[in-house]
Amino acid sequence: MSTPTGAPHNIDSNRPNRAKAKKTPPSSPKKSLAGLLIVFLALIGGIAATDSWLPKLGLDLEGGREVVLEPVVTGGSSVNESQVKQAVDIIRNRVDASGTAEAEVTTLGARNIVVSIPGNPSRQVLDSLSRSSQLDFRAVVATAQGSKQGQSPYRLPEVIKTSGANQATPSASASTSPSASSSGGSSSPAPSSSSSSKDVLPSAYKQAGPENASDTAWGEQKVDAAWVKAGIASSNMTYNQLLQVYACTPSYQEVAASIPANKPVVVCSKEGNEKLLLGPVEVKGADLTDASSGMATNQQGNQTGEIAVDLKLNGEGKTAFANVTRRLALLQEPRNRFAITVDGQSISAPNVREPLTSGQAQITGGFTAESGKLLADSLKFGALPMSFKELTSDQLSPELGSDQLTKGIIAGAIGLGLVVLYSLLQYRALGLVTVASLLVAAAMTYLAVTLLGSVNNFRLSMAGVTGLIVAIGITADSFIVYFERVRDEVRSGRPLRAAVDTGWARAKRTIIISDAVNFLAAVVLYVLSESTVKAFAFTLGLTTLIDLLVVMLFTHPVVALLARTKFFGNGHPASGLDPERLGARTATYAGRGRVTLADRRRTAQEGTA
Amino acid sequence: MASFATFGNDLYTGRRQFDFIGKRKRWYALTAVLLVLAAAGLFGRGLNFGLEFTGGSEIRVPGISNTASYDTRAADAVTSVTKTESNLRVSKLGEGTVRVQAEKLGDGTPATTEAVKNALAKEFDVPATSAETSFIGPSWGESVTNKAIVALFVFLAFVSVVLALYFRTWKMAAAALIALIHDLFFTVGIYALTGLEVTPATMIGFLTILGYSIYDTVVVFDKVRENASEAFATGRRSFDQAANYAVNQMLVRSINTSVVALLPIAAILVVGVFFIGPSTLLDIAVALFIGVAVGTFSSIFIATPALTDLRRREKGVQELARRAKAYQKRAAGDSDEEAGHGAESSGVLTSRAASGAASGASATMRRRGAHPAAQRDE
Repeated sequence: MSTPTGAPHNIDSNRPNRAKAKKTPPSSPKKSLAGLLIVFLALIGGIAATDSWLPKLGLDLEGGREVVLEPVVTGGSSVNESQVKQAVDIIRNRVDASGTAEAEVTTLGARNIVVSIPGNPSRQVLDSLSRSSQLDFRAVVATAQGSKQGQSPYRLPEVIKTSGANQATPSASASTSPSASSSGGSSSPAPSSSSSSKDVLPSAYKQAGPENASDTAWGEQKVDAAWVKAGIASSNMTYNQLLQVYACTPSYQEVAASIPANKPVVVCSKEGNEKLLLGPVEVKGADLTDASSGMATNQQGNQTGEIAVDLKLNGEGKTAFANVTRRLALLQEPRNRFAITVDGQSISAPNVREPLTSGQAQITGGFTAESGKLLADSLKFGALPMSFKELTSDQLSPELGSDQLTKGIIAGAIGLGLVVLYSLLQYRALGLVTVASLLVAAAMTYLAVTLLGSVNNFRLSMAGVTGLIVAIGITADSFIVYFERVRDEVRSGRPLRAAVDTGWARAKRTIIISDAVNFLAAVVLYVLSESTVKAFAFTLGLTTLIDLLVVMLFTHPVVALLARTKFFGNGHPASGLDPERLGARTATYAGRGRVTLADRRRTAQEGTA
Repeated sequence: MASFATFGNDLYTGRRQFDFIGKRKRWYALTAVLLVLAAAGLFGRGLNFGLEFTGGSEIRVPGISNTASYDTRAADAVTSVTKTESNLRVSKLGEGTVRVQAEKLGDGTPATTEAVKNALAKEFDVPATSAETSFIGPSWGESVTNKAIVALFVFLAFVSVVLALYFRTWKMAAAALIALIHDLFFTVGIYALTGLEVTPATMIGFLTILGYSIYDTVVVFDKVRENASEAFATGRRSFDQAANYAVNQMLVRSINTSVVALLPIAAILVVGVFFIGPSTLLDIAVALFIGVAVGTFSSIFIATPALTDLRRREKGVQELARRAKAYQKRAAGDSDEEAGHGAESSGVLTSRAASGAASGASATMRRRGAHPAAQRDE
């Protein structure tokens, strides 16, 4: 018994069981409600800061195109993480080039890429997304200043001979074997491939007249039809003129990327500070076997303290590269340079001062450790031609989407109404607490989803909406567990306030563990699954957390406060906690010194009768 | 609802008890039959995988005012583009939406799907922008399925650990997992038997059932543990009886929970079937509806009985059964009046029987006999 003396209870049921009340600080329900208020204010404040009061909708509700692309590398080798990262950059570039606002490019799982474009993008835009990407080496024919000015003074990178094969790990040890490894096994030329540089261009030479890929005659040629079609150039424009009108924007880059290997092309440098007219492709990226960055070493193998990017070429590439550099080394600026292009952009265009015949080369010039690594990565991962397979491509209609959303919301409202009705039937006035709790949970969910929309770009999809509707039932169950426990305590003959306290103590455990299990399920699903499943798991996890918050900070405090009122505290027949209806009187044997509510009422009735 | 409240009271106080544990062999047998049926469906008929898994194209044209002979018109429009007789499935959804599905449209590229969409939109006199197309490559579904299976196993592993830690016995975790696997297998079996289409949304439903099933079982087990620790302390009832009593006490909660969980799902089902047609919303709702119903069944008829079977061989449990038997025999013998209905299955003595039994015992014990839960923390 809670009263150690075992003295009879005060019959005044407005103040039942004083000792019990002392155990829990009287301000605790109010504190909890204040906590809830703070949570709400924080959410509203967050939304006010971002100033968007509507949740962001997913493509399936808003309408648009969703494409899942899988990067495919020729030769069937699997795509690694860095390649996927690079692929995302490439795709993002292309999407930007298409000029579609608010398009999103994200990864899906380890290797797939999702592109979400609102509205109805044209087939050309979609085709351009899955076009293959390739790294090429092209000789520079002419240059012009780009629209953007780079860091001044702009220092041109140059490509030089390397001292040996251990460039990849630049260290003191590199100096100990400066010349020993200058020609590795890979450097022996393959006889069959010696003509590869000619293979690339025979038709181009014959048709166009220019003697080689660096010939300024390329500049006098009429531009390719692709430029005219894109509206960048008129049909009688020459490449020299194109070089002047070319702008360093994604849409120009888009066209440049589509130019075939045997045609000259105009591209911008990655920084946008230089425009380059380039000859046909002379060395293919596929011939590049490795690229790495590190400290540059001079001919003697000593470190020069400069960052360099090392290239390694295979047999075919070695021969082609040797031919190119032999020619370029004799030319004047800017024609002594070659550009490395990826997707219609030059990522580097170094000077060539001497023929490089070993199949290894080093690019130096103004690299920081970071920019050097960036270039090396671009070279390494861009080397393999990457194409993109359309795994799925969904055009989602905004009409169908909004129709589904409306009907989904109607279904949710009906569901909520039914739950409310059922809990009122089952729990009478206590059911109103369920209704209020559900409304609080709904409001909190709305605010959380809206806030996450602007802060974390969380988009509510149909799967998410379904998750929210399903969550109504799971949220309401916490209240059922709680109320049933309180009722159990009332059945056992406890006065209501005590019943609320002990019932809560037990229900809390159950609610926490079951919510924990639900949350665990949501987290596992979220981490391990993709797209729609992820969206669903997210809302499920979110509503589970909100359920816990609402039960702790709203439902229990409110019930605790209500238990102090006469209506609930006395177990009014409509309160849902009527001891008589709950069978407390007949079933319990309250024992010595213990008077149940039902007993009290019976006594009172007898007294009045 | 008054009768339901009385029903709940009787279950709680033990005046009325269902013998879930004692008759468990009956439920096991029923479950076994159902599971064999499910297995037959699963391995015989197999699951009817949707387009998202098999790959193909789907086009939905909404807002059609004239849907007369829509199937031939749609087929004609499609063949006008693809020039081949593709294996088409044309259906009408809801009021004015026509859906065309095909494993492969023409050359099987997204571009062809696009062209077919435009032809269909023209045929049905609907702006092409409001039509919906979906092209799914053949390898897509496989990766989705693999992910879901990995998620399933990771979840099972995590949940086993969490439950074993929470209940401090692996047997409760094991029993919960048995119920869970039952739910999942049974739900999937229903899909196989009825030929309902399995879409990624259905998979979401299946995976959600996992959480729900465990959740429901945990709530019941929490009460089982409470009653069991009481029983071990007093020796008044055996473990089986304590568990059975817990299931009975939680029965009203289980029913309420299921009803409350099923109501919103049912609302989605009705709206989905009559107004939306096949969609993410409907697919999830169907899977959940089946799963929640099966999950409620298993937490009552499978999980707790399985737990008692797992623990039956334990020394402590057998010892408790002997103590309880002796106590109850003494109580029944001392009392002239008959014990309540719940005495056998749940070890609950009604107050009259209890007072008889307690003629030699102290008043405190008498109170406990009637209401173990009520006295626990005093």
